[in-house]
Amino acid sequence: MRYGTTRSACAAVIRRDLLLTWRRRGDALNPALFAIIVVVMFPLALGPEPNQLANISAGIVFVAVLLAGLLALDTLFRGDHEDGTLEQIVLSPHPLSMLLASKILVHWLSTALPLIVVSPLLAEMLHLPRQVMPVLMISLILATLLLSLLGAVCVALTIGMRRSGMLLALLVLPLYVPVLIFAAGACNAAQLGLPFLAPLLWLGAALALALVLAPLACAAALRISIT
Amino acid sequence: MNTLTLWFHKFGSPPTFFRVTALLSPWLFGAAFLIGLAGIYWGLFVAPADYQQSDAYRIIFIHVPCAWMGLFAYIFMAVNAFIALVWRIKISEILAMTSAPVGAFFTAVTLATGSIWGKPMWGTWWTWDARLTSELVLLFLFLGVIGLYNAIEDRRQAARAAAFLALVGIVNVPIVHFSVSWWNTLHQGSTVRLLGPSRIDSSMLWPLLLLALATHIWFFASVFARSRVSLLELEGGKEWARDIALATEHGHE
Repeated sequence: MRYGTTRSACAAVIRRDLLLTWRRRGDALNPALFAIIVVVMFPLALGPEPNQLANISAGIVFVAVLLAGLLALDTLFRGDHEDGTLEQIVLSPHPLSMLLASKILVHWLSTALPLIVVSPLLAEMLHLPRQVMPVLMISLILATLLLSLLGAVCVALTIGMRRSGMLLALLVLPLYVPVLIFAAGACNAAQLGLPFLAPLLWLGAALALALVLAPLACAAALRISIT
Repeated sequence: MNTLTLWFHKFGSPPTFFRVTALLSPWLFGAAFLIGLAGIYWGLFVAPADYQQSDAYRIIFIHVPCAWMGLFAYIFMAVNAFIALVWRIKISEILAMTSAPVGAFFTAVTLATGSIWGKPMWGTWWTWDARLTSELVLLFLFLGVIGLYNAIEDRRQAARAAAFLALVGIVNVPIVHFSVSWWNTLHQGSTVRLLGPSRIDSSMLWPLLLLALATHIWFFASVFARSRVSLLELEGGKEWARDIALATEHGHE
């Protein structure tokens, strides 16, 4: 029996996951709606003073995006685990890490990308200065990719648990802390007119590392939880 | 097979581990208690007051050994987690999982004593300083490992999943350790060095080292005591565990 190439297997996974996302395209809006609602809470709680909001706007956007990403993590493997597809993926002769990397990529496209698209709206709601916007977008792209990769490792460990939501937060958030510090740090530095390149480069370096290691770690974690 | 590897293999077998730690436990607890008492007495009554902080600095004798132990516990947990994942040694799984609550407790004590110390010295209970934040993250990593271990029904699978998480979280250890030298913030730099001269007077250093020794012994005593309970739970159906249970029952009669 001949198995296709790894590349075609990954392409098949990507095509299938994209198709599934498209069939339920309303769901893709949920993280973005969640982030908008979270951001709306802040001016209501803190008062509508524009200067005060502008000072903390980048941080609020990042926390909102992080929480939305955390809630969306659950969908990464849930459907596949419930109908048994995940076991078949684990059993496939192709490198599990590559297949998982494809899944993580599609998950990022379907959950994080909508968040990035609405983030200018979030920033505008909080009066973020215009010149900070490009830095915010770049750090959001780097940070959400890192969050998806790190989160995939943790979600692979909690697979098969019925109520994993709170536990997942406890596992994932400590690992997200450095990402949050550097990403929000870059925006805050840009807002103060300070050099902001160093934290972005740190994020890029971490992303390069995570791109290689996270799919491997995710595969190992999945093998532990599916036995 | 030479004696060392033979001893290592024997120590890895549950009945031997149970018996050896049962013999060691009272000695370890006793030694930790006595050395700790001596260190506390030396630190609180014999050591001179600091020229700058006067008597308030004396909390260092609790704070610093506990901080060292938090990191030590994490490294111990991660090393055992690695052994458990690679060679599937049951004892290592148990040692890794039982060191998590002990390490979490040491880290919590570090945070609590640090904040009690911070109030008179810095004028605040808490500050978002690099070391404090990374220490807090360390505590959450411990809690995550404990939470994951308790959430999975199958004990051995739970241990493997939590061990994996412990290995992922090890990136935080160098961050905690070097945070005071990388970021220059409120928390002072390290004064005790393994290599080169320490920047602390020897009259204060000795009780500190004594208490560090006591906390290390206490850590192992505590981990062994917890491990023996977990081992009995895990191996409850085995012959040796039943023998021990029967022997204790006869002993009580």
